[in-house]
Amino acid sequence: MIQIRGLTKTFGKLRVLDDLHLDIAESRVTAILGPNGSGKTTLIKSILGMVVPDKGDVWIDGTSVRGQWAYRRNISYMSQIANFPANLRVREVVDMIREIRQQPAPNMDEIVRRLGVGRFWNKQMQHLSGGMRQKVNVLLTFMFDTPIYILDEPTTGLDPLALMHLKELIVQRKAQGRTILITSHIMGFVEEMAQHVAFLVEGRLYFDGSLEELKQRTGTDTLEQSIAEIIKRNYAAV
Amino acid sequence: MQLYKIVRYVIRDLLRSRWTYVYFAFYYLLGMVLLFINRDLSKAVITLMNIITILTPLIGTVFGVMYYYNSREFIQLLLAQPLRRDMLFSGQYIGVSLSLSLSLILGLGIPFSMYGVLYSGVIWDFAVLLVIGGFLTFIFVGLALVVALANDNRIKGFGYAIFLWLAFAVVYDGLFLLGLLYFRDYPLEKFALGGVLVNPIDLSRILILLKLDIAALMGFTGAVFKKVFGTSVGMIMAFGALLLWVWIPWQLMLWYARRKDF
Repeated sequence: MIQIRGLTKTFGKLRVLDDLHLDIAESRVTAILGPNGSGKTTLIKSILGMVVPDKGDVWIDGTSVRGQWAYRRNISYMSQIANFPANLRVREVVDMIREIRQQPAPNMDEIVRRLGVGRFWNKQMQHLSGGMRQKVNVLLTFMFDTPIYILDEPTTGLDPLALMHLKELIVQRKAQGRTILITSHIMGFVEEMAQHVAFLVEGRLYFDGSLEELKQRTGTDTLEQSIAEIIKRNYAAV
Repeated sequence: MQLYKIVRYVIRDLLRSRWTYVYFAFYYLLGMVLLFINRDLSKAVITLMNIITILTPLIGTVFGVMYYYNSREFIQLLLAQPLRRDMLFSGQYIGVSLSLSLSLILGLGIPFSMYGVLYSGVIWDFAVLLVIGGFLTFIFVGLALVVALANDNRIKGFGYAIFLWLAFAVVYDGLFLLGLLYFRDYPLEKFALGGVLVNPIDLSRILILLKLDIAALMGFTGAVFKKVFGTSVGMIMAFGALLLWVWIPWQLMLWYARRKDF
């Protein structure tokens, strides 16, 4: 269980997270949604300890993550932009992360085969296309078996086949009872993968509940429509 | 253990970088040229002193800033892993400083040992010179990382770092000298001593001059230093101050790193 308590973060004058409270339940796929700049990535980076919050705290299984590092053993993180050290080869990045994590990577060979990463296994990162890099990102995230997966815009740049494999991996982890956190702007993808939605608007929690509840509340049929409805309402109010 | 791994990655990464070899080749050629021009080891060592106290800080500064801005992806990737932030940044610091120091030591060491420095009377002077070059590299890489961490904007970071080098290498001496001239009617020994301790480049110069036993050449501060401390105590003092100078930017860098958002 991930508990977010009073999380506040400002960058300069911009208040990105504003006293955010949220519980992310175990063994469930939770989608964090919201318009651009609503604080999704900042929230995720606070959970990972990459962003240091001004106020508030993140608790994982009852322990605060502030200043901690060992808890990241339990988290696999897929970053929004697949940036890797330019002059390292794919193989070297994979070896490096494995060596640092010191964890078994039981799913590595299978994912390498399915995504076709073997074709550019010995290429340097700077020579890979955006989609290839994203495949490496998928591999690095899913090769370990961890209780928590955090995926920030995982679909970006993936071809349809790779996207299918990504969905399979998420479904598989969901079935194994892992806690999965996803942000995405592709509502079809969210609808397919997530059971639960947390909707952020300007750094605050606007809605927290199941997909069905969200649709009921906005009186719409699809997730896309209800999200559009929420965004419209909020910006109409402003 | 974590620290060792990071240092290894950084060094492996730098061994692939063209700049490590450019730096090595530069010192190699410099050593050759100095020996060729001076045709004498001890003269070459003295010339080298002036070059080392100015150039190693400059190269450490430029390289430190450049490395940080080029390794932001590496940092982001590793920050999401079970690693201590302190270890990650200390590892980068040590890795960069160590490989620059190695380029310096090998680049100058090879031509000078081919010229027979190992069996000459100036071997210890030469060794002290290299050790001080190493110290200055660590100090200025540390300062450069502090500046880079504090500035997300590359251009600004680069500018401030170069400015810092300029301040220590050139501006400081000018102001110091002006101060001494202006207040020459007062007893200035303590002021002069303090003034030397807060600039690692001056400190290194004095240390080398004490070792070469030509401290009087340095003029006022060198003479004061020698008079107050004598050669051996003076050297220990100066080395202690240099160690402190390595430690302070390092801790400052960690302080910034702990508070930074990535």
